[in-house]
Amino acid sequence: MSDLHNLSVKALATLLHTKEVSAVEVATRFLARMGGNPHNAFLDIDSEVTLAQAHASDAKLAGGTAGPLEGVPVAHKDVFVTRDFATTAGSKILRGYRSPFDATVVQRLRTAGMVTLGKLNCDEFAMGSANENSAYGPVQNPWDTARVPGGSSGGSAAAVAAGLAPAATGTDTGGSIRQPASFCGITGIKPTYGRASRYGMIAYASSLDQAGPMARTAEDCALMLSAMCGGDIDRDSTSLDMPTEDFAAALNNSLEGLRIGIPKEFFGEGLSGDVRAAVDSALREYEKLGAKLVPISLPRTELSIPVYYIIAPAEASSNLSRFDGVKFGHRAKDYTDLVDMYKKTRAEGFGNEVKRRIMTGAYVLSHGYYDAYYLQAQKIRRMIADDFQNAFKACDVIAGPVAPSVAWKFGDNANDPVADYLADIFTLPASLAGLPGMSVPAGFGAGNMPVGLQLIGNYFKEAQLLGAAHRLQQATDFHLRKPEGH
Amino acid sequence: MSKLVQGYEVVIGFETHAQLSTTSKIFSRAPTAFGAQANTQACAVDMALPGTLPVMNIGAVERAIEFGLAINAHIAERSIFARKNYFYPDLPKGYQISQFEIPVVQGGEVSFFLEVGKETVRKTVRLERAHLEEDAGKSLHEDFIGQSGIDLNRAGTPLLEIVTQPDMRSSEEAVAYAKELHKIVTWIGICDGNMQEGSFRCDANVSVRKPGGPLGTRREIKNLNSFKFMQQAIDYEVRWQIDQIEDGHAIEQATVLFNPDSGETRAMRTKEDAADYRYFPDPDLPPLVIGRDWVERVRGEMAELPRVMAERFVSDYGLPEYDATQLTQSKAVAAYFEASAQACGQAKLASNWIMGEVSRRLNASELSIDQSPVSAAQLAVLIGRISDNTISNNAARQVFEGLWNQEGEVDAIIDAKGLKQMNDMGELEKIIDEVLAANPKNVEEFKAGNAKALNGLVGPIMKASKGKANPGQVNALLMKKLG
Amino acid sequence: MFGPENTATYNCLQTMSLTPQDIARIANLARLELQPEESERMLTQINGFFGIVQAMQAVDTTGITPMAHPVAAIQDITLRLRPDVASEPDQRDLNQQSAPAVERGLFLVPKVIE
Repeated sequence: MSDLHNLSVKALATLLHTKEVSAVEVATRFLARMGGNPHNAFLDIDSEVTLAQAHASDAKLAGGTAGPLEGVPVAHKDVFVTRDFATTAGSKILRGYRSPFDATVVQRLRTAGMVTLGKLNCDEFAMGSANENSAYGPVQNPWDTARVPGGSSGGSAAAVAAGLAPAATGTDTGGSIRQPASFCGITGIKPTYGRASRYGMIAYASSLDQAGPMARTAEDCALMLSAMCGGDIDRDSTSLDMPTEDFAAALNNSLEGLRIGIPKEFFGEGLSGDVRAAVDSALREYEKLGAKLVPISLPRTELSIPVYYIIAPAEASSNLSRFDGVKFGHRAKDYTDLVDMYKKTRAEGFGNEVKRRIMTGAYVLSHGYYDAYYLQAQKIRRMIADDFQNAFKACDVIAGPVAPSVAWKFGDNANDPVADYLADIFTLPASLAGLPGMSVPAGFGAGNMPVGLQLIGNYFKEAQLLGAAHRLQQATDFHLRKPEGH
Repeated sequence: MSKLVQGYEVVIGFETHAQLSTTSKIFSRAPTAFGAQANTQACAVDMALPGTLPVMNIGAVERAIEFGLAINAHIAERSIFARKNYFYPDLPKGYQISQFEIPVVQGGEVSFFLEVGKETVRKTVRLERAHLEEDAGKSLHEDFIGQSGIDLNRAGTPLLEIVTQPDMRSSEEAVAYAKELHKIVTWIGICDGNMQEGSFRCDANVSVRKPGGPLGTRREIKNLNSFKFMQQAIDYEVRWQIDQIEDGHAIEQATVLFNPDSGETRAMRTKEDAADYRYFPDPDLPPLVIGRDWVERVRGEMAELPRVMAERFVSDYGLPEYDATQLTQSKAVAAYFEASAQACGQAKLASNWIMGEVSRRLNASELSIDQSPVSAAQLAVLIGRISDNTISNNAARQVFEGLWNQEGEVDAIIDAKGLKQMNDMGELEKIIDEVLAANPKNVEEFKAGNAKALNGLVGPIMKASKGKANPGQVNALLMKKLG
Repeated sequence: MFGPENTATYNCLQTMSLTPQDIARIANLARLELQPEESERMLTQINGFFGIVQAMQAVDTTGITPMAHPVAAIQDITLRLRPDVASEPDQRDLNQQSAPAVERGLFLVPKVIE
């Protein structure tokens, strides 16, 4: 089969279960495509490990003990720690780090049968929205290698878009799954905060970080999300003790009468015309499918930028203190004493954006500023969450753009971090509220770059979101388009 | 009126770190046992390896509740874990998970007796709070040229930090408080109290002021790990502060360490920026909620507290205050007393024996009461044999000796040693008649009014009875026959 | 939270831009060695960011409880407690496999002076 790499997770799973292809065959094909590390998407590859897992999967398929996704390859964002691959979180401070354990999400997907292709490039400690902050070089957007893939899960999005992996894991703190999915024309979902275990996910902002799948179709995301989610009561106090759910069960439910809320704040002058046009056409598709568009308001949308950029750096400044050159990772060569060792180690090991956020976070938490910044932000955060609950009285799901523009060219926002921050405006509100959100390919904009439609659901309504996305993908083919040469 | 030192009033507050006696760490499932090979009891969570997260141990919470109940404090229905951020090699995460704004135990008090001159006075120290937190690892400075070795086995051991109001006014009060607190935590079993191993560590905040004046600047003496050093350290610190002030120097806030060898305190190299810990609620840990039902359940399962038990000993067993307090110094002693007192029905006698012979022998051979070769049951039987006149008090001591040396049960020993008092009147009269017949001279003298002559008769009678005759009976019979 | 500081806090909000001294203080707190030019860039960029933070200060949040766990917006989220069981095996070698300096199982660091 020549187009194995163009098949969906669902299609591959079927071929594997019917023994039309072997896990080793599939893995070999993707390993071959990964050769030369196209787009700098991967940070660690080990074909021996991958093929060993594939062999094990073939044995299970033969023995009838196969998991639902047995033998289907997946690649993991490098913030998930892994036993068999190095884990760096895109940072120099963790170069070559080996974890003694697998992240819960990694282990759950392996239990479901998925074979690991390797570790994917990302912004350092998931801080960024262009993947320009990786210590191991930027990732190219397969649709236009002069453009960014989005971030922080840029390697994940690029790998799937370029057919280097049928699916990938990502993490979303302020939009890090949805925005790169949108920029690279694939599908990605961030579940409700607490659905997926954070154990083994290197922490950026603890109260916001969530893991989620990135793949071509909503159906593939549903299959993977079902395997990824579930309480981790022994390891993660923030994971919700909820039974696992089959998110693919209701994919084909009719959208007749579905109320889609359209927040006016998502369609202001900040939104570029090409993106708006693609989003509008997708919304018209929904009307054709029987959904009703309802105007709503999320009045504190703009506030979500300062609120997020206070809370996330504050938590990050504390989460990153463990990187001190004592127990693991990089340690400076020359230093005069202990304090000097700390300062040089961290100065050498962290990149600019990470340092900036550590500094901002330490400042807003420091003596006398806590109430004015962190506490105030956490209060407005609740108001933002309440705004959503208010909006969901009038609608079932909320729809809008993922980002104000399509993927920009490398260096466009260089030296102006605030410009990057502002571009997160449409993904931050759902992150702060802990709501499930996804990006669905909705068309193409400037430079023929992909545009994603953002769907936001109420807590625990992932199935409804995925259903709405799936129905759109039945009616459109944007998710099936591929960059030239792939 | 608190006593003054060179015209200064001493003000002392305590912060005590009590390691809680759980099997696993507070936020990880690694064991807490002391003295293992370096870093073999520090799991990925304790080492703060990337991706690890804390999960709270219910055993630590339960112990905090027990402590709160023991000191009549308020148990917070909702308390918050916060991060205390600072860099130190024995602090793997770069922050300590502790409680800041809302601690689990709020208020409460500790009362104790202490000797002031001749009299015993009751002193009460108010507690401000007690909160749950994780212990740090250890830095070892020996034989690593120019470097320190870090052992994280202790990292993550649950601690209860117990903070008092500045209510103590002398080193004696401070030590008495520390001893009472130590008794409480070991009595309710939330801490093993081993000070050498650091299970019970005290920091004393000491300042001095002119009576009625504003509080002076305090210096904190860290890690006082014995009651003896505690007193020495505080006394030295008080004198030092007064000398400074008298010499016109101002006291600067500082953390000091006590050096047992020199008997002096010296200021620690202050961690720069130690003042700015950037506390904030730990986003990895939702609020700790403790329902009333849980508190009541713990209350129901809790052991009776020493103070309460002592009062009961007075009311139920009619013991004097003194005995009651002595017998409630430890749970084991109290249990031993109750067992023997109930078995023999002679509480005061049991008390005398325990505070007397029993503790004497235990101290002599450095045994704790639960190691005593003489069981409470055996002591009870022994006391029974005294009160039913089977043996005399002197004989009882010999029996106790026998019991101590595991020579058998009470009655067996009495027979073996032939210690039974002669209560057979017939035989005793026979002996007496013989002795009277054999000593007509004494009889004459006695009848002539010389009372002393009686001794000349009693002696031979006791001798003839091989000491088994009951002296009381002997006297009574003699009087009858000579009367 | 830090009762007495609150007033100080709100005074400093009028002039919210950071000074080079703030940058130096925070860099020391965060244990980051910054080159002079780095500090300058940091100062400009962080102040640029605090420009957009101003908006947040205007919001009246009296009576609002801060949100810790996001899902607390719809249901009370409380701490889950695990049984007191020691079940972690000794994995010292595995746990220390990426340590910069270890001797006899101890992590080595420049001398800690107390």
